[in-house]
Amino acid sequence: MKITADTPSALTALDRPNSYIGRAVPRPNLQRLMQGRGQYVSDVTLPRMTHVAFLRSPHAHARIVSINTEAAKKSPGVVAVVTGAELAKVMTPWVGVLTHLKGIKSAPQYPIAVDRACWQGEAVCAVVARTRAQAEDACELIDIVYEELPAVTDPETALDPATPVIHEALDDNLCFERKLDVGDVDKAFANSDAVVEATFVCGRHTGVCTEGRAIIADWNASEQRMTVYQATQAPHMMQDLFAKHLDIEAGQVRVLTKDVGGSFGIKVHTYADEMATVALSKLLKRPVKFVADRIESFVTDIHARDHRIKGKIGVTKDGVITAFEIDDLTGIGPYSVYPRTSGIEANQVVNLTGGPYNCPNYRAQARVVFQNKNVMCQYRAVGHPIAVAVTEGLVELAAAKIGMDPLEIRRRNLFADDSYPAQTASGLKLELLSHHAALAQLDTMINYAGLRTEQKALREKGIYRGIGFASFIEVTNPSAAFYGVGGARITSQDGATVKLDAQGAITIHSGVTEQGQGAEAVLAQCVASSFGVSMDRVRVVTGDTDNTPYGGGTWASRAAGIGGEAAWQAGKALRGNVLAVAGAMLQAKPDELDIRDGLVVDKVTGAERLTLAELARVAYFRPDTLPPGFQAELMATRHYVPRAWPFAFTNGIQASYLEVDTDTGFVKLLRHWCVEDCGTIINPQLVNEQIRGGVVQGIGAVLFEQCLYDERGQMLNGNMADYLVPMAVEMPDIDCGHVVSPTADSELGAKGAGEAGTAGAPACIMNAINDALRPLGATPLTDMPFTPGKILKALGKV
Amino acid sequence: MKPAPFAYKKPRTLDEAIALLGENPDARILAGGQSLMATLNMRLSAPSLLIDINGIEGLGEIALKDGAQNGVIEIGALARHVQAERSETIATHAPLIACAMPTIAHPAIRTRGTLGGSIAFADPAAELPACLLALDGEVDAQGPKGKRTIKAGDYFQGLYETALGPQEILTAIRLPAANKDTRVGFAELARRHGDYAIVGLAASARADGKGLKDVRLAYFGVGATPLRPLKSEAALSRGDIDAAVAALDLDPHDDIQATAAVKKHLAGVLLRRVAAQLMEQRA
Repeated sequence: MKITADTPSALTALDRPNSYIGRAVPRPNLQRLMQGRGQYVSDVTLPRMTHVAFLRSPHAHARIVSINTEAAKKSPGVVAVVTGAELAKVMTPWVGVLTHLKGIKSAPQYPIAVDRACWQGEAVCAVVARTRAQAEDACELIDIVYEELPAVTDPETALDPATPVIHEALDDNLCFERKLDVGDVDKAFANSDAVVEATFVCGRHTGVCTEGRAIIADWNASEQRMTVYQATQAPHMMQDLFAKHLDIEAGQVRVLTKDVGGSFGIKVHTYADEMATVALSKLLKRPVKFVADRIESFVTDIHARDHRIKGKIGVTKDGVITAFEIDDLTGIGPYSVYPRTSGIEANQVVNLTGGPYNCPNYRAQARVVFQNKNVMCQYRAVGHPIAVAVTEGLVELAAAKIGMDPLEIRRRNLFADDSYPAQTASGLKLELLSHHAALAQLDTMINYAGLRTEQKALREKGIYRGIGFASFIEVTNPSAAFYGVGGARITSQDGATVKLDAQGAITIHSGVTEQGQGAEAVLAQCVASSFGVSMDRVRVVTGDTDNTPYGGGTWASRAAGIGGEAAWQAGKALRGNVLAVAGAMLQAKPDELDIRDGLVVDKVTGAERLTLAELARVAYFRPDTLPPGFQAELMATRHYVPRAWPFAFTNGIQASYLEVDTDTGFVKLLRHWCVEDCGTIINPQLVNEQIRGGVVQGIGAVLFEQCLYDERGQMLNGNMADYLVPMAVEMPDIDCGHVVSPTADSELGAKGAGEAGTAGAPACIMNAINDALRPLGATPLTDMPFTPGKILKALGKV
Repeated sequence: MKPAPFAYKKPRTLDEAIALLGENPDARILAGGQSLMATLNMRLSAPSLLIDINGIEGLGEIALKDGAQNGVIEIGALARHVQAERSETIATHAPLIACAMPTIAHPAIRTRGTLGGSIAFADPAAELPACLLALDGEVDAQGPKGKRTIKAGDYFQGLYETALGPQEILTAIRLPAANKDTRVGFAELARRHGDYAIVGLAASARADGKGLKDVRLAYFGVGATPLRPLKSEAALSRGDIDAAVAALDLDPHDDIQATAAVKKHLAGVLLRRVAAQLMEQRA
């Protein structure tokens, strides 16, 4: 795997002396993490701390007839055994709906099930003990009598009158429905030379984080304050939710998030067991720790995808796409997840399908239904892999049908690079994309003509290789349009506070969070560049609601584009403040000075005028020597929120080259490429890591990962032996290329890069497999993940 | 994911360990712990006592010993996978084990896991039990009544069931050493490197002019124990690969990774590949 060289930025707008923008500088936190000195929640131990273990429902749907906790309460080390009914007195339930998803409904969800368990794995009782092992021992002594209820598992029949309704108060099992009809779809299909239909399935899978979910809640009755150490992406959101459901002020809650071992969207939701942990601490007035183990992670960490989409595309013989139509159905478990809802993924599928293409006719229907399986919600690249699989799958099937090259059909339909601003049929507003430049770069990068020649030659020897593509757009830098307008108290703005310490070094406090992706590096780069010091003079503080500016945290590829811009602006503001002090000290005009490499210099000549240490010494210890009435302000805060566009869309195209063993149905990935455009690249190495990591998670979706359930709602493979996460040996080299179209909404111009890889990889590999098998007359494969069994079946061998 | 409480003892001699087994009928032997610890942590088993045999001297050797005809490779019960992987003796005299070793799990697991543990646990999807059967090896066991040797063909009795008695401890595995006529073949199909295979095949044979004799095939991952398709072995001895594939009489069950039909198909594919390995080898 190539690591991109430390290339200087091509941009001039950010071209300050000693700029770190566009440079592959190492992460400042690398030493801490590599030496094993990161501080994860499970590393934290507090005085009087207890551990909670949850007894979980073995049934997908069951009435809780009785709970006998007597034996468990006498078990060694046990502090308390608490049922759902008891905890409901401490914490109020929640309902995962948003007003801008019209008609979405869900049922109240409690920290621990009360009366009824609605999926296998839902917590039904909690044991708090001095150790986790003691808590687990006592869990085995709880006697619960269940009355098993019929489980609703198949989304296809969830809305049938004969199917039981999971939540009677909701009248039916429909959570959310959206319909869209733009242009004249029927006429467009009628006027097409070819119409292709296919049904795509994206398997239910989950984001397997290196670090499981983890939380410590510490209610201090003397201060009436709750301190929560939590592995989360969004500390301020959680602060607000903990306060709301404990019925206390947000200011009574402090959420601390130090190192997080990966999140991928898994750690941006309200989990009943984490809410229960907080409620238990309030109840018991002492610290309670919960660390999800692997087995419970598989049945409680949100699942995602699990969509069945009937798709239809029309094309002319010249390859012009005339219309898209989709019918999406997804089952999301028994509750819409709070507070982001489980309607967003289907909503995104409707928004994003056909997104790269200038095609005015589009009809979509999406239905989101309840079922008795683990909850589903937003996981890395929400909706994108599904929409891209349907769109790109249909595009390549259509190309094959009319005998056109798959890159050529894209050239004829992608939004032209000079057509922006533009709007997709679904109404997405696009500021500036570069589909054609990206495609041209990819064409060269992969030596497309050469690959086709090799493919042809090998076919004659019985070796079946495939080349597949996927163009995509990605939602990044979300404005309030994503959640805020729907009534969720999830902020889209973010802030940064930068201060000069008494030795002239910089500290930045930011509202975004480090999940292992390198956000701290990006923040340090932005501040160091805009203020004018080397990165080793910058210390980054994140993840503390008592001390960082109010911010959204890390999700929807926002940390660099939004948090980075706030940091950039804060650094600039502090530079202005410092130069005001320097001007006063040097009797010079501030705008004739600059800060470069940690020194106050003459702007024109670059000659050193003053060290920052000397400036700080005077400002902090001898302010009496400054002119009368002059007050030094050596701390500055700036916030940023995208306003001009609802989202900063990015774009790109991926390619896969693979070989199918037609005897075994095994797929060997030979090479993978991604050319993407995330605007200004702050750190090319971090961007490429995001792309590669994202591609690997996409490969998981298309070839390996699936949460398998039986018809009674029992998860069959909830462990690391049977649930196949992609591993290094099976991964191809992944080459990255970039086109740079900065967003004009911020001075940095950076868009997000966190989800592009995951968005495109499944479609791209699906197309490559079908390209490989097309000469053998195999039925096109559209049901992910593509196991050897499915490939053998498509080949008619089993 | 914490184990239920258990007692722990680390005897210094085999006799002591055997006595402990007698006193604690639900005790489990701890060798490398690579299967056992996971089942304990998931509370799939909850023995009252773990008998850690890692303190017993003399069980960790891999050696070529004299025996009938060509000698015997003796692998002590506590020899780690990594030892076998790096052993000159194994590379030279037990080429089938050498072929199988890199496919077994991952380096961290091979560093702790023991060959004896794998044979004693007898996971039907594991590589080593099938290798033992393909090589017509033997297992040495010691119990309150003394030592005995069990032929591989008699050893694997059912799902995780072996001929070891409740108080017997596996002390060594013995394999006939390879000579110039020995032919071996090994292939498995796993979704990810290091996983338990969907289906795997270990094979040994002797060169017989341009053909093969004494063909022994041992499939893993397709039944409750490693399985020998005797009719296919006979067909392969006649040099008839098509007949060998046609004669496969495996009856696997569906599992998480593949249906029975897929497993049967793949078993045939592997047979062709392994047959080619057996026939292509040169002395």
